[in-house]
Amino acid sequence: MSIFKKWRGHSARRPGSGQNARTTMAAPTRWSMPGLGLFKGLAVTARNMIQSYYRKERMTTVQYPEERAPISPNFRNFPFLCYDGDDPVAGLRCTACSICEKECPPQCIYIVLDRDENGKSLKRPKLFDIDISVCMNCGICAEVCPFDSIYMDGQYEMSTTDRFGGLLLGLGRLAKSADYHMKLRPLEASEVVARRKADEEKKLAAQAAKDAKAKAAKEATAKAAAETQAAAAGKGETA
Amino acid sequence: MSLLDMTYGGPSLLAPEWLPRLPQRWVEMLLQYYHAPEWLVSLAGFAVAAGTVVLVFLGAFALLSLIERKTLARIQNRIGPNRAGWFGLLQPVADGIKMLTKEDIVPTKAEWFLHLLAPILIVVPSMLALGVIPYGREWVPVRLELGLLFFFAVGTLTEMAVFMAGWASGSKFPMLGAMRAISQMVSYELPLIISSLGVIMVTGSLSLPAIVEHQGTYHQGFFPAWNIFTPWGLSATLVFFIASIAEANRCPFDLPEGESEIVAGHMTEYSGFKYALFFMGEYLGLFAISGLFITLFLGGWQAPLPGLTFIPSWLWFFAKLIAVIFCHLWIRGTFPRVRIDQLMRFAWLCLIPMALLTIPAAGIWVLIGGGLKGWLVTIPLLLIPWIILTTIFNRRLAPQTRTYTFAD
Amino acid sequence: MISDLANSSSSAAPALDDDQLLHVSLGPQHPSTHGVFRMNVALDGETVVSLKPVFGYLHRNHEKIAENATYLSSMPYTDRLDYICPLSNNWAYANAVEKLAGIEVPERAQYMRVILAELTRLINHTAFAGFILGDMGAWGSALMYAFRERELILDLFEDLTGARMMANFMRFGGCRNDLPAGWANKVSELVNGYGAFLDEMEDLLIGNEILLARTRDIGALPKDVLINGGITGPMLRAAGVNYDIRKVEPYGIYQRFDFRIPLGGTGDCYDRIMIRFLEMRESLKILRQALDQLPEGPFVHPKAKIRNFKPPVGEAYARVEGPKGELGFHLLSDGSANPYRYRVRPPSFINLTLLEDMCLGLDLADVVVILGSIDIVLGEVDR
Repeated sequence: MSIFKKWRGHSARRPGSGQNARTTMAAPTRWSMPGLGLFKGLAVTARNMIQSYYRKERMTTVQYPEERAPISPNFRNFPFLCYDGDDPVAGLRCTACSICEKECPPQCIYIVLDRDENGKSLKRPKLFDIDISVCMNCGICAEVCPFDSIYMDGQYEMSTTDRFGGLLLGLGRLAKSADYHMKLRPLEASEVVARRKADEEKKLAAQAAKDAKAKAAKEATAKAAAETQAAAAGKGETA
Repeated sequence: MSLLDMTYGGPSLLAPEWLPRLPQRWVEMLLQYYHAPEWLVSLAGFAVAAGTVVLVFLGAFALLSLIERKTLARIQNRIGPNRAGWFGLLQPVADGIKMLTKEDIVPTKAEWFLHLLAPILIVVPSMLALGVIPYGREWVPVRLELGLLFFFAVGTLTEMAVFMAGWASGSKFPMLGAMRAISQMVSYELPLIISSLGVIMVTGSLSLPAIVEHQGTYHQGFFPAWNIFTPWGLSATLVFFIASIAEANRCPFDLPEGESEIVAGHMTEYSGFKYALFFMGEYLGLFAISGLFITLFLGGWQAPLPGLTFIPSWLWFFAKLIAVIFCHLWIRGTFPRVRIDQLMRFAWLCLIPMALLTIPAAGIWVLIGGGLKGWLVTIPLLLIPWIILTTIFNRRLAPQTRTYTFAD
Repeated sequence: MISDLANSSSSAAPALDDDQLLHVSLGPQHPSTHGVFRMNVALDGETVVSLKPVFGYLHRNHEKIAENATYLSSMPYTDRLDYICPLSNNWAYANAVEKLAGIEVPERAQYMRVILAELTRLINHTAFAGFILGDMGAWGSALMYAFRERELILDLFEDLTGARMMANFMRFGGCRNDLPAGWANKVSELVNGYGAFLDEMEDLLIGNEILLARTRDIGALPKDVLINGGITGPMLRAAGVNYDIRKVEPYGIYQRFDFRIPLGGTGDCYDRIMIRFLEMRESLKILRQALDQLPEGPFVHPKAKIRNFKPPVGEAYARVEGPKGELGFHLLSDGSANPYRYRVRPPSFINLTLLEDMCLGLDLADVVVILGSIDIVLGEVDR
């Protein structure tokens, strides 16, 4: 009668040990003392206890709130809205297209479009509410936004004692600057900034080309008008 | 006559040998100064001695409840309570306040008098048992000729109190839990008592201070003659230790309080201070039985090496007590629980035969006179039945081979 | 009925009057952390005479919500089905939709999916090892060790997907984003170090006589009963039936990897624990191979649609070998953006149907151990 020590032919402390596959167990070759398995279990717990005093990977407790465990930059919690520059109203990238509102699975976003006195859309939200007691941190809103305006934040210490209003984030609490986004996720933010700059430059170049073309067309029509006028004046003289 | 003019035993540098006796000596001297009658002096001294022991162990109970949580936490790779006070030292105070301020609920179907009496009956016998253990060279609260017998007699009162708690609660879960608890405790009393018979045979006396003094010699001038270092003693130690875990209702034998249909067994219907008394009784019982274990097998207050007697004997006792309690905690943090039928089977079919075997082993040891011959004769007498018992009678507990095939 | 089959062969107690039996309700609040699950047990002394599970305490209308939501919106909800292994659920659902709509998945995405699924298998079985010892009363030591190692993998998930548990990572046609720089190296390091942890857990568990006594010869059922009952996963393989969907009907790219399926002998609780340990070692093998072979390329099909996704009319059933058993999604589409019918085949729920047959004639303490060895998650049982 042998205990399952026979399975393992290697020590437990070499790194990467225990990887090799088990084979079919052979017939028992060695008798071992009953009660030995209990002592091995005691050895494991004793080793854990002693090593918890000096090895970091054993004692993984983080004494919150004096210390905080590091979180990955990719960590996503609740959404926030991004604005360029300094003005959270004028620089807000959001155009209130409501795509995020439609795609949100638990329907936690509520958007009201800002219109002027004629009813024309001002392409910005008057109200943008996210109920973070409903939000399930899935990140689909950030994925589908076509205007690079909503991203997932990394803030997790958001508890409040205000039961009904405290968890409803409006524009005031949602709007955060692009610098904040850069600090939060440098890779993603720099990519977004570069893309937006390239798009902006392309748009300017297209606009400049259009202006040039318009100007050339206008000059052409002006020249044609001047020529016809000159031709009419010349005809008047000869008559 | 100077109050400090009492040195017992050898010289001590670390702390005086007579320190624990100091309050008693003061009270006795005070009363003698006022010419009190003899019976009053001895009674007062007696009461102070008992009070010292009780206070020390109540403090130890509070400390143990914290140390247990922190040790279990370290075994589990986490930090225990460390918020209430420096290193969590005020945690027992916080627990005490919590227990005291809880509402005391007595179910309507319960027998209120027995319900009240049960926790008291668990604490008091443990304290009585603590009174006969020798803590130091001249420090035995009560010096009885039949100390060991008294200890066991008083220990069984605890079991009756457990049953009383279950019965008096008036509902079926505590009743079942109490029945399991009492069957466990009764069946583990037997190995406990039988394994101490070997010690009694070798020592020739039931008095606990005599047992400790018998282990006071040193072989070859340096190796202590404790009972654990003999083959019959080692076997008796293992049996006694396992039985003491079961007597104290600790993991892996904590069915009465752990699993009984989820609720806390016989302690289900208790709340507040009575619940705290249950815990106190359990821990004091643990101290008592560990103290007896040290006395019987680990040499009591004897120092392990002859050169170390400058450390007072009561410090040695408490150091050994800490070591034994640490073993209890270590075992608690490692093993899962056994089932009730496996527990009974283990007691009756494994522990009691092994305990019974220590009697002839101890007898042969005394006959031959110890030494190498004694080891050679008694070891097979103990080892072969152990192997037979565990592999044949206890198939469930014995390891066995299993084959796992792999398919592609 | 399956229970009649088992009853005739087990040593069930003779019919007792109802008032002679003790009715215990192992209520929704459990000491063992499987979730809100209730068992009405009738005991004759210590032996179980009948056991009726009661669940539904965690029912959240997952399937009905999916009928009113788009296909993509259901993806985060699948995370919450079996919340111990969310990425497997994601993959199963993505498989079903890809089968429905006929979308192809690029190579790199396939490898990423395999890596994540095997990491998920590791975290599930590790958590199981911790839970089963906690059920038996070991006061949480093994649980803490298991969770300490599990945290390393969860940190990897957080790096990649943004969340530790609710990953929401698979998309129809691939994955949501590419691997960050250095992630594959971190997984390699973890895989190399995991063997030592498994050795330590096995030291704690394998030869432990108390564990042997508590789990051996408990809860075994004959193979035909298990197959008839629809049991899949480690429970089935512990009984010796060679059925693993990764070999029987390979999905993804599993046919490219060299791994073996461990099979047990008797199918009792001890075998189930050991089978899961052996499966973890096989997962380490697969992970090593996948990391070696990981190619460059797109992580999602270039024409994959996130919004306005309308698969053609039809139905599809796709299944994966989840850590708990066969996890399947059956989708019925009527051409619109919402599925007409969305059905989950939950392995935990179906594995639970034989609970009574496994527990008859055993003690109450064994019931807890058997329930632990089935390895259920109430999120999946109740959906």
